[in-house]
Amino acid sequence: MSIGLTNAAYVVAAILFILALGGLSNQEKAKRAIWYGIIGMVIAIVATIAEPGVGNFAILAVMIVVGGVGGWFVAKKVQMTQMPELVAGFHSLVGLAAVFIGINTHLLLERATAAKADGTAGELLGFAATIAKKTPVEIGIMKVELFLGILIGAITFTGSIIAYGKLAGKLSSNALTLPGRHMLNIAGFVICFILGYLYLEGAGLWTMIVVAIIAGVIGCHLILAIGGADMPVVVSMLNSYSGWAAAAIGFTLGNDLLIVVGALVGASGAILSYIMCRGMNRSFASVILGGWGGDAGGPAAEVDGEMVPTNVENTVQLLDDADSIVFVPGYGLAVAQAQTAVSELTKKLIAKGKTVRFAIHPVAGRLPGHMNVLLAEAKVPYDYVLEMDEINDDFPDTDFVMIIGANDIVNPAAQDDPNSPIAGMPVLEVWKAKNVVISKRGQGKGYSGVENPLFFKDNSRMLYGDAKDSLDAILKQMD
Amino acid sequence: MAQTVGVPKELAEDEKRVALTPETAGRIQKLGYKLQIEKGAGEDANFSDDAYRDAGVDVVDNVWDSADIVMKVRQPTEDEAGKLGEGKTLISFVWPAQNEDLVKTLSDRKPHAVLAMDQVPRISRAQKLDALSSMANIAGYRAVVEAANNFGRFFTGQVTAAGKVPPGKVLVIGAGVAGLAAIGAARSMGAIVRSFDIRPEVAEQIESMGAEFLFLDFEDSGDDGPDTGYAKPSSPEFREKQLALFREQAPDLDIVITTALIPGRPAPKLWLEDMVKAMKPGSVVVDLAAEQGGNCDLTVPGERTVTDNDVTIIGYTDMASRMAAQSSQLYGTNLRHMLDDLTPEKDGVPNVNMEDVVIRGCTVVKEGEITFPPPAVSTSATPKAAAPKKKEETPEEKAAKEEAALKKSNTTTTALLLGGGALILLLGTIAPPSFMQHFIVFVLACFVGYHVIWNVAHSLHTPLMAITNAVSSIIIVGALLQIGSPSIGVMILAALSVLMASVNIFGGFLVTRRMLAMFQKS
Repeated sequence: MSIGLTNAAYVVAAILFILALGGLSNQEKAKRAIWYGIIGMVIAIVATIAEPGVGNFAILAVMIVVGGVGGWFVAKKVQMTQMPELVAGFHSLVGLAAVFIGINTHLLLERATAAKADGTAGELLGFAATIAKKTPVEIGIMKVELFLGILIGAITFTGSIIAYGKLAGKLSSNALTLPGRHMLNIAGFVICFILGYLYLEGAGLWTMIVVAIIAGVIGCHLILAIGGADMPVVVSMLNSYSGWAAAAIGFTLGNDLLIVVGALVGASGAILSYIMCRGMNRSFASVILGGWGGDAGGPAAEVDGEMVPTNVENTVQLLDDADSIVFVPGYGLAVAQAQTAVSELTKKLIAKGKTVRFAIHPVAGRLPGHMNVLLAEAKVPYDYVLEMDEINDDFPDTDFVMIIGANDIVNPAAQDDPNSPIAGMPVLEVWKAKNVVISKRGQGKGYSGVENPLFFKDNSRMLYGDAKDSLDAILKQMD
Repeated sequence: MAQTVGVPKELAEDEKRVALTPETAGRIQKLGYKLQIEKGAGEDANFSDDAYRDAGVDVVDNVWDSADIVMKVRQPTEDEAGKLGEGKTLISFVWPAQNEDLVKTLSDRKPHAVLAMDQVPRISRAQKLDALSSMANIAGYRAVVEAANNFGRFFTGQVTAAGKVPPGKVLVIGAGVAGLAAIGAARSMGAIVRSFDIRPEVAEQIESMGAEFLFLDFEDSGDDGPDTGYAKPSSPEFREKQLALFREQAPDLDIVITTALIPGRPAPKLWLEDMVKAMKPGSVVVDLAAEQGGNCDLTVPGERTVTDNDVTIIGYTDMASRMAAQSSQLYGTNLRHMLDDLTPEKDGVPNVNMEDVVIRGCTVVKEGEITFPPPAVSTSATPKAAAPKKKEETPEEKAAKEEAALKKSNTTTTALLLGGGALILLLGTIAPPSFMQHFIVFVLACFVGYHVIWNVAHSLHTPLMAITNAVSSIIIVGALLQIGSPSIGVMILAALSVLMASVNIFGGFLVTRRMLAMFQKS
């Protein structure tokens, strides 16, 4: 296939990818949008394989089939509640691929340089031939790009693995705070950049391998230092990094399609991280640097009063008496796998002529949009599921709010107590409703470790126990 | 030792209420008190002596000598005040601000304490003892009943075989407890109800009762000074505007119910003679402020009068007493709660605890000393809308704010563009053209990405991540370009990259599809 045709195919693929992402603006269009993505990917791969210089088709076919089956298997098997760790796991693959391709590029560069010296450059095929035509300045730039690709790729790789471990519960989700951790990170980066400079000056492959290793350590350490509640930001940030890694590799290879797609993915992840940070009223820097940002200006207000426990019977009574009901799901819903139970309860309540809605905070769960996906899995119609801004004004007119496994996102201290560590974070104003029942495993605090005055309010009742068991018991009583 | 609570018969003419009902009697006895009531005290409120006896109350001829605590409805007469024994306690309406002489007389009798039920602070904890509110509620309801009684037509609109009946139009001035009760009663009878209050923050309450809030566009609502939960006098300019509004409404209205009171002052004149003149014949004005002089010019306190143009003006001052059974029950319950607060030990001995803001507020005489007025209590628990005085933004301020925001965003955009442009120019001078070509593609792609991603629905963020994940494995293209290399090392690394990217492509797209298929409309 001629260069012109390949580029034309790339343009089509790039447009299809943009349509695929843009199509996610609403649920109905989205089902079509995914096909744009798939077709775009097929076009891009076919056009690339048809390029001159691509060979080893047998190995290629085996790798695609094996990888495809593996991916297919994982995607079929995964539970919707495991979505965060799946996404994190996938990111690590992109990161590692970027590192490998970067190293390969260096190897090819060496080959091309050697061939040029021998005067056999004309015999080179494929990518090596492209490199051989480059001027020294272009090669210098390529080396910078290569360095960036490997650096970002390695951070993405190890960071994603750590994120996977934390999300899957295989690692503790507490923030690891080593003494002088910022200095460690900075030192790591400084060494990486020195090595990068050496590489640019002609040092060999070893510099890049060391960069990959150091960047890998930085990736681990960065993500280890971030606490559980900040995971949505981490996952979207890694999403962004995987995009930037692809874009850097695109620059190295001089491939516009990689650059375009990498930039799209990078922008997408960056915007998601921004939305998540705004949802917690924290700066991106304070999330990435780990732990809770700077200390608040004084002790948090004391909460007096007591948490009043309730039981299933009373909750059923409240549900029966209420006309408008709002459910506020949080990560606890995912942990308890209670989405189906809450969906059945919703159906029953709607059949009784009640208004039932769901209020979703931007950072509920461990992944942007996590709750929406869980509720969709349980067949809760998406028009009952509202965003924070859509529903916050309706709480004063709501008879009954049930909070399932959420804590910080409904904490009134964010508004009332300027000394609270979560002060200023936008929260769901559930306390304005007539009655609130909080389904919670125990008396513990939320991920931020902040006491929640909501639990002590006069109109709040605590329903202790596993969310799924409680909801099942409620369902039984409703009959 | 357990003390005795005595309830005398009310002496005031037309006062039918009584401070104790058989129902509250049982509850008060549980607090450890013994109870006495004067013969025939509850008769006018349909509570017979026998009913009291059945509830365990001693029916006696005179309670002033035998009881340790006397509970009353109306403020005591000078004669009654003279009967209050040393070391005893009196709980009743007192109106200490208007009745300084009475308070003096009471303190001279050296009682243990005098508690004024009209001085309960308006905080949420004290709502259960707020006798003014419970009486106002009844008065509001009764005002509508009296109005209906004197109004020759239906309240509700009807279309009947005999023709169409328009609905009655009611204006309620002052949306305190009485006003809101009147709105509720008139609405439930089917009338069209409008209401006005100088406190704009009560608009929501008015609308929640089903009435239309007459909005007066005026900045100064005259609310300075500490917030007591009651209305305050308004400025002359405001008053003029308000009267103009009423004047405009007058010809259209069938019923006017005025409830405007400012504590400790004569009632403001709001419904002037010319407004009454402008009303249709057969219309009714009910003045609930008659006792404080009336909101209407023509009100005769305690009387029902009819003007030359056939407008009935009702100035009864005993609305609550006209529903004696109901008001005795509510007032009795308020008193019961008061005793409840006074006897935390439930031992039948009152503890006038001056540390308690509610009890402190009610106590006008303590151990012979006058303790009125109490130190100011902030009514922090009044509805939040009233507490922090949020200044409404005028349209001009809003426009100015928006303009400033726009200007700021313009400046930042310009700065960013200039800065970004300068950087690219700088880069262009040193970088070779081949790099610049790719760089332009990169910058444009970032822009497109930025605009596309902001439009993605919040609920689809997880599918977005999954699909960007699948799409980012476009990195496979790089591996494909290298896999054909004769060098074994390069080939292996490239093959591994293809493998990983394939996992991602298939897995990513499939899982996205799975997720999207789950999103269903109801």
